[in-house]
Amino acid sequence: MIWVLAAFFLLTVRLFYLQVIEGEELRRLSKNNCIRLQSIDAPRGLCFDRNGVLLVDNRPAFDVNIILRDAVPVAETIDKLSKYIKVPSKELMEKIDRYKGLFSYKPILLKRNIDRNTLAAIEVRKFDLPGVIVDVKPRRYYINKQSASHLLGYLGEINSRQLQSKKYSGYRVGEFVGKVGIEKTYEECLRGKRGGRQVEVNSTGQVRRILKTVGAQPGHNLFLTIDQVLQQKAETLLNGLAGAVVAMEPSTGHVLVMASSPSFDQNAFISGLSHEQWNSLVSNPFRPMENKAVQALYPPASTYKIVTAIAGLEEGIIDENTTFDCLGYHKYGDRVFRCWKRTGHGKVNVVRALAESCDVFFYQVGQKLGVDRLAWYAKACGLGSRTGIDLDHEARGLVPTKAWKRRRLGMSWQGGETLSVSIGQGYNLATPLQMLVLTSAVANGGTMYRPLILKSIKTAEGLLVRKSKSRILGKLPAGKKTMEIVRKGLWQVVNNRRGTAGIVHVDGIDISGKTGTAQVVSRKKNDTANKKPKANFLKPHAWFVGYAPSDAPEIAVAVIVEHGEHGSSTAGPIARDVIKTYLQKERPVTANR
Amino acid sequence: MFDRRLVQYFDWGLLGAAFLLGLIGLIVLYSAVTAGTSNQHNILYLKQIVWFCGGLTVMVVFFLFNYKILDRWGVVIYLICIILLVCVLIFGKYVGGSRRWLAVGPVTIQPSELVKIAVIIILARHYSRYANTNGLTLIDLITPMALTVIPFALIVKQPDLGTAMLVLLLAASMTIFVKIEKRSFAYLMGGATITFPLIWFFLKGYQKQRIMTFLNPDRDPLGAGYHIIQSKIAIGSGMILGKGYLKGTQNILSFLPEQHTDFILSVLAEEWGFTGSLFLLIVYLFLISRGLTIAYKCRDNFGTILCFGITVMIFWQAFINVGMVMGLMPVVGVPLPLISYGGSSVITTMVGIGILMNVSMRRFMME
Repeated sequence: MIWVLAAFFLLTVRLFYLQVIEGEELRRLSKNNCIRLQSIDAPRGLCFDRNGVLLVDNRPAFDVNIILRDAVPVAETIDKLSKYIKVPSKELMEKIDRYKGLFSYKPILLKRNIDRNTLAAIEVRKFDLPGVIVDVKPRRYYINKQSASHLLGYLGEINSRQLQSKKYSGYRVGEFVGKVGIEKTYEECLRGKRGGRQVEVNSTGQVRRILKTVGAQPGHNLFLTIDQVLQQKAETLLNGLAGAVVAMEPSTGHVLVMASSPSFDQNAFISGLSHEQWNSLVSNPFRPMENKAVQALYPPASTYKIVTAIAGLEEGIIDENTTFDCLGYHKYGDRVFRCWKRTGHGKVNVVRALAESCDVFFYQVGQKLGVDRLAWYAKACGLGSRTGIDLDHEARGLVPTKAWKRRRLGMSWQGGETLSVSIGQGYNLATPLQMLVLTSAVANGGTMYRPLILKSIKTAEGLLVRKSKSRILGKLPAGKKTMEIVRKGLWQVVNNRRGTAGIVHVDGIDISGKTGTAQVVSRKKNDTANKKPKANFLKPHAWFVGYAPSDAPEIAVAVIVEHGEHGSSTAGPIARDVIKTYLQKERPVTANR
Repeated sequence: MFDRRLVQYFDWGLLGAAFLLGLIGLIVLYSAVTAGTSNQHNILYLKQIVWFCGGLTVMVVFFLFNYKILDRWGVVIYLICIILLVCVLIFGKYVGGSRRWLAVGPVTIQPSELVKIAVIIILARHYSRYANTNGLTLIDLITPMALTVIPFALIVKQPDLGTAMLVLLLAASMTIFVKIEKRSFAYLMGGATITFPLIWFFLKGYQKQRIMTFLNPDRDPLGAGYHIIQSKIAIGSGMILGKGYLKGTQNILSFLPEQHTDFILSVLAEEWGFTGSLFLLIVYLFLISRGLTIAYKCRDNFGTILCFGITVMIFWQAFINVGMVMGLMPVVGVPLPLISYGGSSVITTMVGIGILMNVSMRRFMME
């Protein structure tokens, strides 16, 4: 009982203190209802490339808000305001009506990002516009227009579904969130923490005194693995083409370049796209919104011969010296499968077959392996499963098997299809990134790394929050001897007189690689609506995967050019120039090499 | 069977106090829900009347039978409540990120409220058998601890930190009431000081936030801190006589958060001033003192501990809620007994008061 009395005594004292001693002051505060909340937005974290070059910045922008309680008479104020910000007053009233009666003391956003002249006009007439508040807010700015747009992504206003989901608890209506790319994946790191202040305002809503302030905590800065110089080089090379370039460090999995063409301007998304702008992006037959490096699927074509070679060597179907005679075609049952070289390659072993991309050689290897054994190797090489890169909507690709065909198409496997598959045609599908992971594993001696796009996260003050660690996805299913043979073949692709990619050869840099020409058998019928690119849509896609320097690779590259015809003529030179730029650049010596 | 002395010993004071609180609650609730902007809240007011009548009925039921039955059925009641808690976690409705409600036909119940009574009964049953004059040792405490921790953990999982802490406080108060051996008590206090920092790691972000906000309201002047400040303004601006019924500006302008549930006292204090608030505190004090008197006068251990538990439950809720709205305690969701809107809370409190009356009426029946 004593305790209870003591407790109630305490409550009474507090009550007395609040209502009697502080009562006068608190009554005054409540009478004017003059306390307003102003939120201070946290500056979003910035993005830098691997060398600390700024890629994404925040710039100040001015937003016009209104606080209804202070804007009396509302209709008159809105009328005046609508002249300055050039928005019909009807539209403004509609915005206000949505909030009417709910929070009369909270600011309602009327227009974002007004220009300096409008700002000046409003500021000068401040006393004529009660309750109108201009807010300075950090606004996202992508420094290099159209560059790495798919990778970096963009922001957009949070939608109602996100607002209700658990992941986005604590977000408010009208707030910007990452919609695509890095901006989305690392939303949590980039976001920071909103601050705010309590202010006492006078009858026209102007701040009279600040009661309390809590500073906003800026979001963390991201340091990407991208090399901006190289990225822009790749984008220049892709200019006017549809396709993708991805490159990575074979020893770590750090992605150096991720370019997808055509691209789009991210800054346009921040100001809000018009209907026409959006429609033209979506209806563009070259799919500018798609990150072709991770979302687009292509038949890997002759680059897949790396897999067939590994499978053949490891299964003992061929060895270094096994030769097949290429007459320019291969008969299977009553069908004839042609080699790309109609006159034939003559007697070829596996190294020459890789170097000259002899189809007949691999038809025979594939035929002896059977599709399921080949598929096992393809899967072990990382095909048919996502690499796990920190980006949304990564495509999985496809490694066909007998069981798959029966399940998906309800038909049994035809022996001839195995032949198509063994040269990377048929049902095979892969993303450029998957082919890159495979190539860089060949380059480094057999280790497949998960592609990394984030190097480290630092606070705004520069303190390290997290450093990414390389993660191994698996090992190529190939012994030392096999790797040696495959690497020899890839070296000869570029460096042998008869190799398919002599054009890639550069004096002073030792490049290895593999070309590919992916047949475009059946394009979607509705594409014919576009008259101009029609003829182009029947041309095959051009592939090139490669790495350099051959004996101690520092960079691996995968290039795809849609309808680029031959791997050697379009994709190869792009890969060559990317490698050249990277290796000939003055770079600080990294200690851990 | 029916004894005239049952009527003679009937605690009219207790009934009066409960009735008065319910009436005050309805009056204030009317102001709180009609002051808001939308009309749908008016349904809440009618609903609360229904709940209050239901509560009275339940109260009558609970003083009609002999409370000894509770001793006999204690385990069953406890188990049913635990099962309900498990059901909440499986079938419960998600409201604002936590699962606390269970839909049973047209009504939704909050089993975590009912479980408070169940814990009181089971602990009273246990202590009435095992308590002794030397005090309980650590080993004696294992069973009651388990009985408390199970519902506690289930409620934390919902998560409803306020109610969970209340269950813990209840159990702790009852245990101290039946006396703990000195050395064991020292060990427990020592253990508690070590485990509290550990609990911190298991709290959810918003829960940590609230505690931090309480310790330093300036940390978050926009979120919970803002609520506290607005609540303080509401209470303080009532001054001595209040602004008058239905005239609370803080209330009308929706400055108060949860003005019909957890923050209902702010509405009362704003409109009725220090006078009204003090009156409310006095009614609570009267109710609690009646409860404690009944506990002391009861001649069997079960009844004493049971009544103490119920009284202490009402006390803690009132104390925490009033302390919270005045900024003396962190914002945890504990309703003000019989005043705040909420059916399960009203029913639970009425059940408690029914039991108190029950014990009070039958104290002559001891041999």
